[in-house]
Amino acid sequence: MQNRELKTSGKSFIDNLGKIYGIYTVGFLCFFLLMATFEQMGAGPQFIGIMFLLFTIFIYAAIGWLSRTTHVDAYYVAGREVPPLYNGMATAADWMSGASFVALAGGIYFGGYPYLGFVIGWTGGYVLVNALLAPYLRKVGCYTVPDFIGTRYGGNLARFFAVVILVVASFTYVTAQINATGTIASRALGIPFGVGVWFGLLGILLCSMLGGMRGVTWTQVAQYIVLIIAYLVPVIWMSNVQGFGIIPHFGYGEAASRIADLEVQYGLLPAAGEAPVGGVRVLTTPHFDPQGGESAWKFVTLAICMMAGTASLPHILMRYFTTPSVRSARLSVGYSLFFIFLLYFTAPALATLTKLQLLDPSLPTALIGQSFDKVANLEWVQNWTNVGMLAVVDHNGDGILQLNEFFMRPDIVVLATPEIAGLPYVISGLVAAGGMAAAMSTADGLLLAIANALSHDLYYKIIDPKADTKVRLAVARVLLIVIGAAAAFIASLKLTGILGAVAWAFCFACSGLFFPLVLGIWWKRANRAGAIAGMIAGFVAGSWYLYMVYTGTMQPWFGIDHLRFGIIGMPVSLVAMVVVSLATKAPDAETQAMVDEIRDPTGQTILGQTH
Amino acid sequence: MQPEQTQSRQIHWQKTRFLTFVILLVWFVFSCIVPWFADDLNAYSFLGFQLGYYFLVQGSLAIFVALIVLHNIGQNGIDDQHGSGQ
Repeated sequence: MQNRELKTSGKSFIDNLGKIYGIYTVGFLCFFLLMATFEQMGAGPQFIGIMFLLFTIFIYAAIGWLSRTTHVDAYYVAGREVPPLYNGMATAADWMSGASFVALAGGIYFGGYPYLGFVIGWTGGYVLVNALLAPYLRKVGCYTVPDFIGTRYGGNLARFFAVVILVVASFTYVTAQINATGTIASRALGIPFGVGVWFGLLGILLCSMLGGMRGVTWTQVAQYIVLIIAYLVPVIWMSNVQGFGIIPHFGYGEAASRIADLEVQYGLLPAAGEAPVGGVRVLTTPHFDPQGGESAWKFVTLAICMMAGTASLPHILMRYFTTPSVRSARLSVGYSLFFIFLLYFTAPALATLTKLQLLDPSLPTALIGQSFDKVANLEWVQNWTNVGMLAVVDHNGDGILQLNEFFMRPDIVVLATPEIAGLPYVISGLVAAGGMAAAMSTADGLLLAIANALSHDLYYKIIDPKADTKVRLAVARVLLIVIGAAAAFIASLKLTGILGAVAWAFCFACSGLFFPLVLGIWWKRANRAGAIAGMIAGFVAGSWYLYMVYTGTMQPWFGIDHLRFGIIGMPVSLVAMVVVSLATKAPDAETQAMVDEIRDPTGQTILGQTH
Repeated sequence: MQPEQTQSRQIHWQKTRFLTFVILLVWFVFSCIVPWFADDLNAYSFLGFQLGYYFLVQGSLAIFVALIVLHNIGQNGIDDQHGSGQ
């Protein structure tokens, strides 16, 4: 049924979206119940994990196949017919990466107040997107972000630098995502990480290669549904089983206070001794203890980098090119943030309740302060210990597990929560499918952003403006495979941690692109020379600072470490852009009229429907 | 373009700019000022949460969502007034 509707691609598919995704959601829940039944009948965890992964990836691939297209505007902007609600879901899936899904709650668990800068940054950024950019970029009618830079400032040089920054920022980000798909696939399917990475890439390409933006849009909606169910069900289930209330989100304030008391009781000491494996750590940061002063400065600088980065990352901005109108672009930013909010306001609840379960001796799930032998023999503790993700060592030999003898990798908090709370394994399978959906959807969006910028802006606009549609789409698809393969290769080398790479991507994007994009709309006087200066100076300053601080050549200034180098790049970009713009000739009357046109939500887009 | 059209467009842009400025001001308060003073806000409590903590894990996030909704309602009003509705 879905088959016929998708192929016609016209009104009937768009009109029936509610029905189609409704059936899909019910189908997924039925699959979940079926797996739960299998588990009751004695199916092993391995089988359930494999089924969850293969079933969901099969669905995404089927949607990708049904969305195949030979039209340029369908390939680049999904034909500009995506209703705001669905674009909101697709953006949310595009946005919430493997890092958000798998590592966010773990980060809050271990990071405390400083880490919450990511939570504020990754939500507050949408206010900027909505206020400063999305509706105006939609009015321009561009295919890619460099397309806007090229149209507004004119000339291939500005377009070229925008492509370079886009590629660097997105590529940094996408390796982390493919890394995450590899991790999940290797654990669930029992294959080596190196193979898991290529398996993940295959799934990603199946979604995006044939249908471009259209394929990615409709798979991302499906992926959002899986990932949000997979995030909310375990938390709410756990909350009910452990008696934290039916909906845990509103009542965990006391749990947070209780943790603060327990922290005082146990003492947040450094690890009692060597950890037996790498990557695991003990809890040393208080759950919530803002000190003001330097820690407040660090919080705000991180939040600003993440917010400005959100407003400059091309894979997010290009999602708003797919809506039917300017007004629907704005509406869809609102939906996007709401759908993102659902996950982001759950993560701190998850982190708090999981931590309380481990710490509070009055709860049956407690580990800390219990007999060491009892803890070391728990099944889930052994499972995670065997794969080197968790460790308990009785360093002081008192037969009791102390807080600083319990080692854990931060990114297993979400994955292990169902087991900590004693939930059935089918929940773990669901969580694995959700993590896979999150990582795949983000990787898809990023790969497409890179490949589209290279095929549309570099190849078509700069190298061969006479290329016909067939050649353009062939180039786009080949680039998608090449870039995906390059990213998978880098990911298989395991060079960076997931979180570091993600923060860098945001800083690269905001250093080079934030002001050229925003001032292109909000400052008529901004001209080509200024934009080029802003992009180069900001990007080079940020990268230089990252290199100097990360390699330890230089002490960080005012505590601005490598996670927030955008704080250095952005002001340099702004100053360079303003000074050079004012020192050179004002843009011509035609460009100024175009800016007026961009600010007016009515009328035709600046660029044609296909260009 | 007719002169009165140009003038309507100018007023439209002035109102748009003002609304955007107000929205960004509120955004700045909840994304930067409130987290900065989280420690002081913790002296108060809300729904059993310390207030500073509450803002960082729920309050500010919900306010961001509301801000976008309010901005869009306001902007739609401005657009309609100037015949720019769609």
